[in-house]
Amino acid sequence: MINDIFNMNGYGFYVWSAFLFTLLSFTSLYIITKVQYVKERDKFVLKFGALDSKRAEVAKLQTINKEILSSSQSI
Amino acid sequence: MFKIFEPNKIFLITSKAPKYVMVLFVIVFLIGLLEALIFSPEDYKQSHSVRIMYVHVPAAWISLGIFSSITFLSLSGYIFKNRIFFLIAKSLAPAGFVFNIIALVTGSIWGKPTWGTWWAWDARITSMLILALFYLIYLIAWRIFEDKENVLKITTIITVLGIINVPIIKYSVDWWNTLHQPASINVLSKSSIHTSMLTPLLIMTAAFALFSLLIFLMKYNTELIKIKNKGLDRL
Repeated sequence: MINDIFNMNGYGFYVWSAFLFTLLSFTSLYIITKVQYVKERDKFVLKFGALDSKRAEVAKLQTINKEILSSSQSI
Repeated sequence: MFKIFEPNKIFLITSKAPKYVMVLFVIVFLIGLLEALIFSPEDYKQSHSVRIMYVHVPAAWISLGIFSSITFLSLSGYIFKNRIFFLIAKSLAPAGFVFNIIALVTGSIWGKPTWGTWWAWDARITSMLILALFYLIYLIAWRIFEDKENVLKITTIITVLGIINVPIIKYSVDWWNTLHQPASINVLSKSSIHTSMLTPLLIMTAAFALFSLLIFLMKYNTELIKIKNKGLDRL
């Protein structure tokens, strides 16, 4: 049974390669996108931390800024 | 008119959505894999190699759909002078490009046992390769053009030129003698594919669509944070 699934009448190499390539592409794209997101978010958190209290108050008026700070672990 | 797309409002949704989309994607993808690799029958002519269809066809569909959406969004952005449309289009492109590459590579793998060759300059394959080049040029344009007005204009021109290729891809199998078979699935008329194969194909298409939504949301959030980073510099 397991052998049949892997061998697939001699087509196993082609079928599994196609599915593996798809999985690898998905994983790579996900990791690249996530790394870019985390990098940009960390940059934002750093910049926000460097603001003086007056500017930080102004920045916090924007919902999106508060959301970025609070969603640091959302993805 | 397009206030719903305002970053402040939309980020509340897009920042929380990826984890739910991810869970849904994993569930649908696992069901799709089981159906595609184990439960679906082998083809009477192509035997088990037909299973490659379950990744090849959805990838091609999604890449075509994304490119059409990018063109529509870029044109809408230009007509309505709304930059959010461009941002959505830009965030869709990486997933579209990767799906295009998946369609080309899995098609090549499928070609070897079916046609006896990894590659042929067949109308459908060549036009899909041209689409991949348009995706690549579009993505590079966003990277190399610093001036905002220029990049919006250039990327719109690229998509408008590229969209001409989409109907060519779709009808290439009818217009020319190609190695590809004519479409087996028709929305308007009866499909020639059996339900036992159509079901896994549709499940895998749903999984691929969910994955592209996930990547889009993550990329869109990244782009919004980039804008906000620039905003902090101006404070």
